[in-house]
Amino acid sequence: MTHALEISALAKTYKGGFQALKGIDLTVQKGDFFALLGPNGAGKSTTIGVITSLVNKTVGKVKVFGYDIDNDLEKAKSFIGLVPQEFNFNQFEPLLNILVNQAGYYGVDKKTALIRAEKYLKQLELWDKRNGPARELSGGMKRRLMIARALMHEPQMLILDEPTAGVDIEIRRGMWEFLQELNAQGITIILTTHYLEEAETLCRNIAIIDGGKIVENTSMKGLLAQLDGETFVLDLTPYQGNITLDNISYRIIDDHTLEIDLHKKQSLNSVFDQLSKQGVEVLSMRNKSNRLEALFVNLIAKKEPNTDNLHSNKKQAS
Amino acid sequence: MNNSIALKSILTKEIQRFTRIWVQTLVPPAITISLYFVIFGSLIGSRIGEMGGFDYMSFIVPGLIMMSVITNSYSNVASSFFSAKWQRNVEEMLVAPVPNWVIVAGYVGGGMCRGILVGLIVTLVSLLFVDIQIHNVWIIIATVMLTSATFALGGLINAIFANSFDDISIIPTFILTPLTYLGGVFYSISLLPEFWQGVSQANPIVYMVNAFRYGFLGISDVSLVASFSVIIFFIVCLFTTAMVLINKGIGLRS
Repeated sequence: MTHALEISALAKTYKGGFQALKGIDLTVQKGDFFALLGPNGAGKSTTIGVITSLVNKTVGKVKVFGYDIDNDLEKAKSFIGLVPQEFNFNQFEPLLNILVNQAGYYGVDKKTALIRAEKYLKQLELWDKRNGPARELSGGMKRRLMIARALMHEPQMLILDEPTAGVDIEIRRGMWEFLQELNAQGITIILTTHYLEEAETLCRNIAIIDGGKIVENTSMKGLLAQLDGETFVLDLTPYQGNITLDNISYRIIDDHTLEIDLHKKQSLNSVFDQLSKQGVEVLSMRNKSNRLEALFVNLIAKKEPNTDNLHSNKKQAS
Repeated sequence: MNNSIALKSILTKEIQRFTRIWVQTLVPPAITISLYFVIFGSLIGSRIGEMGGFDYMSFIVPGLIMMSVITNSYSNVASSFFSAKWQRNVEEMLVAPVPNWVIVAGYVGGGMCRGILVGLIVTLVSLLFVDIQIHNVWIIIATVMLTSATFALGGLINAIFANSFDDISIIPTFILTPLTYLGGVFYSISLLPEFWQGVSQANPIVYMVNAFRYGFLGISDVSLVASFSVIIFFIVCLFTTAMVLINKGIGLRS
């Protein structure tokens, strides 16, 4: 079966000796919504750079829809739409020109390009700005312009490198809906983001990269199942006196807020029952922190001993 | 993939760029050349008399047109490609399935368009000062096309290596301008001592200016065969160099 993306033993060492990728293997299925997460400097952008041919790899294989970038680079590129981390369009060009030119680079004729430009600019609420220079757009609008540009040749795989960075929550959620619609149409999406809530909401599969290595590669459900427990914040009707919960770790924050630590084998029903018996109603409930965030921190923290060693070595040296 | 659409897109983008900022790109050469005509042609030229059998103003017109073509073809590609690198919008092309020869051809085509357009503007300005005669229009067209292509390629290579805006002004200031001034724009190299005539023959711009002047006036200090051979030699060398650099991703890919 042909995958949307197959990476094997990919390594990249930059001039100066920095080893950004240390032999990563990664497979993304067709139609997947895939998260590639990692701390700053982990190798996410380098991986994307190699896939899109902006970075020369040192060794390894990359195939896009079965086309090897070493042998069929142009064919492989034709499947990919890239939304890079930084704004990289000509700030002085009108939006329509940016989109029509981009389509032209993929061999799309002007007539078709204009139709698509209108479609995506309207969908992304930029149509009114189409004749103005890109520099007049707000940060959120520029992000949306880059998404529209990446879609002009109707790619089968969309790679988004932190597409919602610096975007306010309302626009971010609008972009999520738009990306989910694209994915529903069959477009494979690879997403890097620092908003773990974004990855948890959108993505079905996930890889976590750290120090140039893949430290986790699984389904989102599988990853979240690794959580031993979760902390919930419960908003309650105001109550008098003490609340007591048997076999549950809890903290009373104030007279209408309670935090509970629930092991994955424990049921929320037991908590609700106990509170109900004490005449306390639960008005709403939320996770204290993002579930993926907790796992992410745990996975990255596995490298902490090395950091500690570094610190202790430094101390010894000084 | 339809490469002709990609080529047209790059070319259109380049033409839109220099026409959008026409006050910076098209007007200054016309003003500069007008000053050359006034100072070197009318004021000083009238005291020089004839050169090569023509009055001085008529003699320098082809050289001045060629000087504008050279400068503008070079600077258009150097500044445009470097800006694309600097703003990173060159990545729009690098991530697309555009063959590298199309990128080179698109930028060079853009540089040629600006060089030739400025050449036309300068020609129109010169008509205010002198009656232009044409000896062979095909040689004029061939020379201006090939010369603008040569220097557009030079500008592209400069931009590939450039790391700052200073780097794209060094070559024009320290190499291109001196070679142009010493390339027979204002004088016939036959007036130079024998040694300096020999030195001048190592300057490729001498061949371009003289071939162009032959097209207008029917006179040249060097043979047409030598002129076109030199120009084509430089085009082949510069195109090959540009392709090797872009294929390797020098200055473009990390």
